[in-house]
Amino acid sequence: MREFLEGSRAVGDIVKLCKPGVISAYPITPQTHIVEELAQMVADGSLKAEFINVESEHSAASAVLGGSAAGVRVYTATSSQGLFLMAEVVFNIAGMRLPVVMTCANRAISAPINIWNDQQDSISLRDAGWLQLYAENIQEAVDLHLIAYKIAENKSVMLPVMVCMDGFILTHGIETVDMPAQEQVDKFLPPYQPLYKLDPKDPLTMGPLADPDSYTEARYAIEETLKDTLGLIPKVNAEFAAIFGRDYGGGLIEEYKTKDADKVVVALGSVCGTVKEVVDEFREKGKKIGLLKIISYRPFPGQAIYEALKNVPKVAVLNRAVSLGSYAPLTSEIKAVFFGKTKRPKIISSFIAGLGGRDITKESVKEILRLLNGKERVAEFIDLKPELLRESY
Amino acid sequence: MFGPLIVKPKTSKNNKTGAWRVEIRPKFLQKNCIACKMCLMICPENCISGTEKNTYNSDFNFCKGCGLCAFICPKKDIEMVKEEQRE
Repeated sequence: MREFLEGSRAVGDIVKLCKPGVISAYPITPQTHIVEELAQMVADGSLKAEFINVESEHSAASAVLGGSAAGVRVYTATSSQGLFLMAEVVFNIAGMRLPVVMTCANRAISAPINIWNDQQDSISLRDAGWLQLYAENIQEAVDLHLIAYKIAENKSVMLPVMVCMDGFILTHGIETVDMPAQEQVDKFLPPYQPLYKLDPKDPLTMGPLADPDSYTEARYAIEETLKDTLGLIPKVNAEFAAIFGRDYGGGLIEEYKTKDADKVVVALGSVCGTVKEVVDEFREKGKKIGLLKIISYRPFPGQAIYEALKNVPKVAVLNRAVSLGSYAPLTSEIKAVFFGKTKRPKIISSFIAGLGGRDITKESVKEILRLLNGKERVAEFIDLKPELLRESY
Repeated sequence: MFGPLIVKPKTSKNNKTGAWRVEIRPKFLQKNCIACKMCLMICPENCISGTEKNTYNSDFNFCKGCGLCAFICPKKDIEMVKEEQRE
């Protein structure tokens, strides 16, 4: 049914339809509305789940880890500092192969404190062994939660998934969303069956000591599984399309008018909507611009990206996060895809924009396309205000 | 693909961590023991056993040589000795 919904509300509604048995979260802007709504559903009795109130995000992550280890479908959500406080548990969840689904309402990291959107939080935890899927709009955010549970709980995967949605832009934005019916969700997502679970009648230990004789294999297995999910994600997306009627073209990347493009912008998340508008404007004037949207950042679909960009002369990688002291995160990975390849873009320029909630406007995107005409840019900050900078204090 | 993930209870006994012990180990003299069980209870490895007086000893497959048993013994019936001095 089509409804006019705030992003957080829509996510709350879809999580309810996924029937989690345990929810635990600690409120943090801009994630708050999601878990506020879920807490209300549990209080009203419309969602039969255990909502565990905790004193911090570290505890919230630990509670869902425990719930998942006990064999229950679980859900949590956080942002920014909260995700960082969860960090060690985030690694544990992946290491223990628990199919937790988390929403990361992307927000900037302190200091200076900033509650607005960029993607530094989830990008900083890219190495944790979770899948990371980035939503462009609210409908995608809703759909990615369904896809997330389906992939996470696959018996050959058993890994957690982080659904990343830009804070405020998507969490507090309001759009028309096609909310699926419970029967559709039940058909797509049967009840969770754990591989093994904590049970006093049949005791076992999860996450025990792995000494140098066995630790490497535990990590290697996650790496191999994540590579395998590159094959599974398109299958799950096809199944999704058959039931819900929305097709994300394999669910790894979206190629928007890239086939004959001279210049392509690569980006993650909500900014892709803005880039698409710029692409359309330029296309009307006969200029061959395209967008490559990356939906799955982990696993990183290197081969699909290679195929999409190998014949494009100029590529602009738009980062909403930085790796201070090195290349921007997405840029390094796009460049790695093309290292040593004969077919490759002549220029792969790196741009950083939209930090701490500064809007990436159509003008920002046009500036990037202008700069793409010159020499290759290593890490060009867009919309920088030089008047705020000084050499000494 | 999965690596080592879960273990059944009590399997840590397979890890003979006594190899971590360096230089010193307790020597149970078994002369003035009063079977007070202080050594058994304080042992962080839970690897001391015994029932009657002068029967207590440590399982050196797990003993780390921490010396707490010798420290707590009210009869000074446990000594810490160099590994090479054990009989």
